[in-house]
Amino acid sequence: MEEIKLIKGNEAVAEGAIRSGCDGYFGYPITPQSEVLETLMELRPWESTGMVVVQAESEVSSINMVYGGAACGKRVMTSSSSPGVSLMAEGLSYLAGAELPCLVVNVQRGGPGLGTIQPSQADYFQAVKGTAHGDFKMIVLAPNSVQEMYDHVFDGFDLAFKYRIPVMMLSDGIIGQMMEKVVMTRQRPRWTKEEVSQISDSWATLGKHAGREKNVITSLELDSQIMEKRNEHLQAKYRKIEAAEVRFEESQMEDAEYVVVAFGSSARIASEAVSMARAAGMKVGLLRPITLWPFPTKRIEELAGRVKGFLVPELNAGQMVEDVRLAVNGKVPVWHYGRMGGMIYSPEDIFNELKNNAR
Amino acid sequence: MSFQVEITPENKVYGKTPLLTDNVMHYCPGCSHGTIHKLVAEVIEEMGLQDKTIGVSPVGCSVFAYNYIHIDWIQAAHGRACAVATAAKRLTPEKMVFTYQGDGDLSAIGTAESIHACNRGENIVVIYVNNAIYGMTGGQMAPTTLLGMKTATSPAGREAAIHGYPYKIAEIVSMLDGVCYVTRQSVQSPAAARKAKKALRQAFENAMAGKGLSFVEMVSSCNSGWKQSPVDANKWMEENMFPFYKLGDIKVATEPKEA
Repeated sequence: MEEIKLIKGNEAVAEGAIRSGCDGYFGYPITPQSEVLETLMELRPWESTGMVVVQAESEVSSINMVYGGAACGKRVMTSSSSPGVSLMAEGLSYLAGAELPCLVVNVQRGGPGLGTIQPSQADYFQAVKGTAHGDFKMIVLAPNSVQEMYDHVFDGFDLAFKYRIPVMMLSDGIIGQMMEKVVMTRQRPRWTKEEVSQISDSWATLGKHAGREKNVITSLELDSQIMEKRNEHLQAKYRKIEAAEVRFEESQMEDAEYVVVAFGSSARIASEAVSMARAAGMKVGLLRPITLWPFPTKRIEELAGRVKGFLVPELNAGQMVEDVRLAVNGKVPVWHYGRMGGMIYSPEDIFNELKNNAR
Repeated sequence: MSFQVEITPENKVYGKTPLLTDNVMHYCPGCSHGTIHKLVAEVIEEMGLQDKTIGVSPVGCSVFAYNYIHIDWIQAAHGRACAVATAAKRLTPEKMVFTYQGDGDLSAIGTAESIHACNRGENIVVIYVNNAIYGMTGGQMAPTTLLGMKTATSPAGREAAIHGYPYKIAEIVSMLDGVCYVTRQSVQSPAAARKAKKALRQAFENAMAGKGLSFVEMVSSCNSGWKQSPVDANKWMEENMFPFYKLGDIKVATEPKEA
């Protein structure tokens, strides 16, 4: 019989961590995601699966613990909320530079600065573009339900190890705090020592043995010619990911004249707005990017050739809308609708935006 | 007159440990790092831990420590070595994990990570090379720079009113329950190096026995940063550094830490 639980999004991340075979979680309390660490400490997975859980002294320390664990070929993760993720910026750049796999969950709150503990989607730029110094990318997954916060832990680890890249789950305080049914169909054990060795001995610090040279985890290279090659290698990997890993979901797109593009919690609200528009006789479809990087640029390009306009509701001042505009490339109008500071729009608000713009 | 040297096991008095690579070290002539690297490599070899040891190198002069010892290495962000080592040891407890950090890395930017790894009693070894200056960036003032000492950022000499006081992080961490062993050593003479090696061996044994964190400070000279000859720098160290950073054991826990 399948196991079903009614839990919060943050609790789903903790459950997903244990059941996805995660080896280590390192975190620091911050609202609205503290339930991840709390749940793990309550469940004591070190007694069941052997998973390590450490409350670090800061987010800076958390992300560097992730760096150390990932270097050892382990499935490791952390979670935080916006200000805490800013503190992890340097570590994320090192992880990307050293090509280490890991999962970082951002349960976004409103900013800037200390901002508010209320939900927001204002870290889109940070997640997909300006995470930290240097040219690098993370794969960014945007869950729109508690179920997806559970599932994306599995997907996150799979993608992280497939490409040796940091993966970010970009959630927000709405999904992190709301309770929904989670079906725990996906479960798997932690890797054995032999499996870790098989998967990662070519690069990870598993201990130097006679069969190979020493492994060194580093992002440092003082020779510019070699450093450029390393950058080219990273960029080639990113192109491969862009070609293979774009994920999105569509509804009512067949005859759509207008498209709403929304991610995460906004997509939940927008979905209701689209139903209202359909009931009012408007031909509106919904496109929900699941990967924010790589972005469904190609699909939006295609749609731009046949629809009359795009509406992009986001809980921010207009961030993902820039990527939609780049894809649409001036062919049809693109409107942004946003709320900030922890305020949330209703389906009616989005429906009204559609009515006002689409004519 | 010519001598013929017969190489036999009986008359061999010294050999380089095979754990040291043949790479030419980037350190300045007269620097202490080379000697400390050698001691670390010898201890790992003598304890038979080559395939079990993970070194964590810092940012600073010893960032390239990974080029010189044949073990697996993780190069950490500036100051974060103890956090990196914490996870490596927790996730692979059968391993010998040590950090190798300078005074800027450990006692300035990495204070929080270092103190908290000590306080959690991670079963790792922290090797702390204190030469009272930032060597890699060209000789700026460190938290450990002595009062009156001239550096690129204290050109008139360190003044307490402007820069605060030099501090002894070894004494600070010795107060924490998670730390089982704190010692301050140096390597400017063969006798000092022999003692330092003994201390390193003790620290590595503590970590493998799960006794908590061992902290080995190496008071060192930086003749380039201090703008002295290697010989003068060692003399200056003995006359100025040792009275402030007193050598010897600071803490040797007799009881294992409580679970």
